[in-house]
Amino acid sequence: MSGEFHDGVVKALSNEALRGHLRRAMDSLIEKRLAVFPDSDELESLRHRCMGIRANALSKLPDLLVHLEARCEEQGIRVHWAETTAEANSIVLEILRSHRVERLVKGKSMVSEEMGLNHALEAEGIECLESDLGEFIIQLAGETPSHIVMPALHKSKQEIAELFHEKFPDIPYSDDVDELTAVARGILREKFMQADAGLSGVNFLVAETGTLCLVENEGNGRMSTTVPPLHIAVTGIEKVVERLTDVPPLLSLLTRSATGQPITTYFNMINGPRQPGEKDGPQEVHLVLLDNGRSRIFADEELQATLRCIRCGACINHCPVYTRLGGHAYGTVYPGPIGSILEPQKEGLERLGELAEASTLCGACGEVCPVRIPIPKLLNRLRWEGVRHDGSGETAGQGKRRKQSQALAWKGWSTLASHPALYRTAVKSASRFRRLLPQQLGPWTHVRKAPEIAEKPLRELAEEEGFSHE
Amino acid sequence: MRLLQREGLRVIFPRNQTCCGQPAYNGGYRDEARRVAAAQLDLFPQSYPIVVPSGSCAGMMKHHYPDLFAGTPWQVQANDVADRVWELTGFLTEVLDLQLKDLGEPVRVAMHTSCSARREMGVANAAEALLGQLQGVELVEQDHKSECCGFGGTFAVKQPEISAAMVGDKTESLRRTGAELVTSQDCGCLMNIGGAFEKQGDGPKTCHIAELLWERTRER
Repeated sequence: MSGEFHDGVVKALSNEALRGHLRRAMDSLIEKRLAVFPDSDELESLRHRCMGIRANALSKLPDLLVHLEARCEEQGIRVHWAETTAEANSIVLEILRSHRVERLVKGKSMVSEEMGLNHALEAEGIECLESDLGEFIIQLAGETPSHIVMPALHKSKQEIAELFHEKFPDIPYSDDVDELTAVARGILREKFMQADAGLSGVNFLVAETGTLCLVENEGNGRMSTTVPPLHIAVTGIEKVVERLTDVPPLLSLLTRSATGQPITTYFNMINGPRQPGEKDGPQEVHLVLLDNGRSRIFADEELQATLRCIRCGACINHCPVYTRLGGHAYGTVYPGPIGSILEPQKEGLERLGELAEASTLCGACGEVCPVRIPIPKLLNRLRWEGVRHDGSGETAGQGKRRKQSQALAWKGWSTLASHPALYRTAVKSASRFRRLLPQQLGPWTHVRKAPEIAEKPLRELAEEEGFSHE
Repeated sequence: MRLLQREGLRVIFPRNQTCCGQPAYNGGYRDEARRVAAAQLDLFPQSYPIVVPSGSCAGMMKHHYPDLFAGTPWQVQANDVADRVWELTGFLTEVLDLQLKDLGEPVRVAMHTSCSARREMGVANAAEALLGQLQGVELVEQDHKSECCGFGGTFAVKQPEISAAMVGDKTESLRRTGAELVTSQDCGCLMNIGGAFEKQGDGPKTCHIAELLWERTRER
C-alpha cells in the first residue's frame, strides 16, 4: 500500500486544476451544509438523537437482522446473506441468470462498488448500466467514484463535455450542464425500458416493517426499482434501524449533512414486489445483505462506532486532506476520513493501515459527523492496533505495521522523557550545542526552515526568575 | 508565567516535567505514551489548576489521559489531573477574566487557532477576545481560518507532501491578510507556519499568544 498511496498522493498534489476544483467544490458543500443548520442547538440535539438511534440498532444488530429478514420474507422480499463480496456477486449473478437477464440498470450503490459488481457481471456477459448521472459519467470514463455521494466530483464541466463528445459523437458538443444532463437522460430513459432487471443500494433497512429506504435526487433510483420486472437491492448488514420512526430524523440529518438539502427530490420506501391490482413495481424483489468484515468491526466495542455511518460524506467534505487529494489517491472504495477508519478494518491494517496515518487528527470530521462517530479517536486507535503486539483484539492485521526501528526509537524517547534528570541533560545539551545541530531535517525542511533551539531551556529561565518549582 | 503572576497568582513550574506523551500516543505507541504521561501525574499533587500553554498538550491531558489510564492503577490520579487542566487562553478569560491594557505600537495580527484548541478545548473565542482587548492590535481574518495548518505532529514527517500542501495554502492565506504578525496558542502550528514563512523568505513574524500578550502589556 505504502508505495501505492504515496504515488496517488504525489499524482493528486501535482494536479493544480484538480486542487482548485476540489477546493471550490468543498467550499460550496461546506457552505450549503452550514446554511441548512442555522440553529446549532437543533443540530446538536438531532445529532445526539441520531447517534442514539444508530447505536441502539447496532446494540441489537443480530436480533434486528433476524427480524428484518422475517418481515421482508412475509412481504415477498427474498433475503440473501453474503459473508464476502465474492459470495454477494455470485448471489446476484445467480438471480440474474435464473431470470435470463441480459441488461441491468443500476441505481447508485457504494456496496456494489465494494463488491466490484460491474466487473463481475460484465465478465459473465451481462450489461450493467449506471443510471445515477455521476456514476454514468465515471462509467463512461472507465473510472471509479472519487466521493461516496458525488462520484464524479473530480470532473469539471468541461471534462464531462469532452467525454460526452468523445463517447457520443452524433450528439453536438455542449458544455451546458442542462444540455449534458438531457443527453444522459435521453439515453437512460430508453435503457430503463429495455432493462431486464434493476439494482439499487439501500440507505436504511427498517426491521420493524421490513422496509428498504432509498434516498436519491434524480428519480433514477425509482426507475431502477420499479420499471424492470426484477429488483435486487444490495447493502451492508449495518444499515438496519429498529423502527420506522427512526427514519425521519436520520433522513433529515443525512440530506442536510450530505448536500445541504432539506430533503432529496425522491425518497423511496420499498416493502415488496407488485401486489395484485397494482399498476407498477417489479414482480420480484431480492435483498442481498453483505458482511465483508463488518461482523469483525462489530465485535469491538469502540470500533463498532464505525458502523453507525449513514454515508452522508460530510466528513469527506470537511477533510483538509481529502480537499488536497480527492478520492482516487486513497486507492480504496470509500475515501476520506470514513474510508480511513473503515477500509483498514475491512481490508486489514497490513495493507491499508497507512490510511489511519494520513490525517492530522484535526477533528473537522468528528465535528460534523451526523451520528457523532469519533473518527479522530478511531484513527488513533487504529494506529495503535497497527503497532501493538500484545495479541489481543479483533482488528485484522494487528501489529503488522510495527517496525523494529520505530519501536526502538519510541522506547528510547520514552526512557528519556520518563527520567527528568536525563531529560534535563538532553535539553540542556541541545541548547548548548544548538549551533551544531543539523539544519536539514529530512522532509520537514523541504518547505520549512529547521526550528531554532532556545539559548536557555524554559526550566532555567523559570528558575532564574524565581518561579517556585514545587 | 509572568502574565499569571502579574494577576496575583502563585505560579509553580514543576521542574521534573518533560512531555505529556502526545507524540507517542498519536503515533500508536500507547505503552510508551503511558510511561511518559505517568511520570507527569505525580508533579501536580495539590488541587491547583494546571495551566497548559498549548491546546494540543492540554487536549492530551484533559481528554486522552482518562482513556490512556483507564483500567490502570493511575486511573483515579489521571482523571483528577484531567479535571484540572486548562488551556492558557481559556484560563485567562474564564477563570481570571483578564483585563488588558495595550501599551504597544499599532500592528496587524492574524490568529491561527490550533485544531486542538478549537475542537478539543473549545477556546477559539478566548484568544480572540483577549486580542480584541488590545487597542493597538488590528485583528485580521484569513480565509479557511478553521482549517488545519498541516502540522499534525508525526503527520508532517510521515505524510510530508500532504503536510507541505496544507502549510503552503495556510501561509498563502495568512500572507494575503497583510498581517505583520501571526499568533497561536500552539507552538506546533507556529513551528510549522513560521518555519514555512522563513523558508519562503518573507511573510509575517510568528509568536505565541502568551508572548504577544505579555510584550504588549508589560510596563517598561
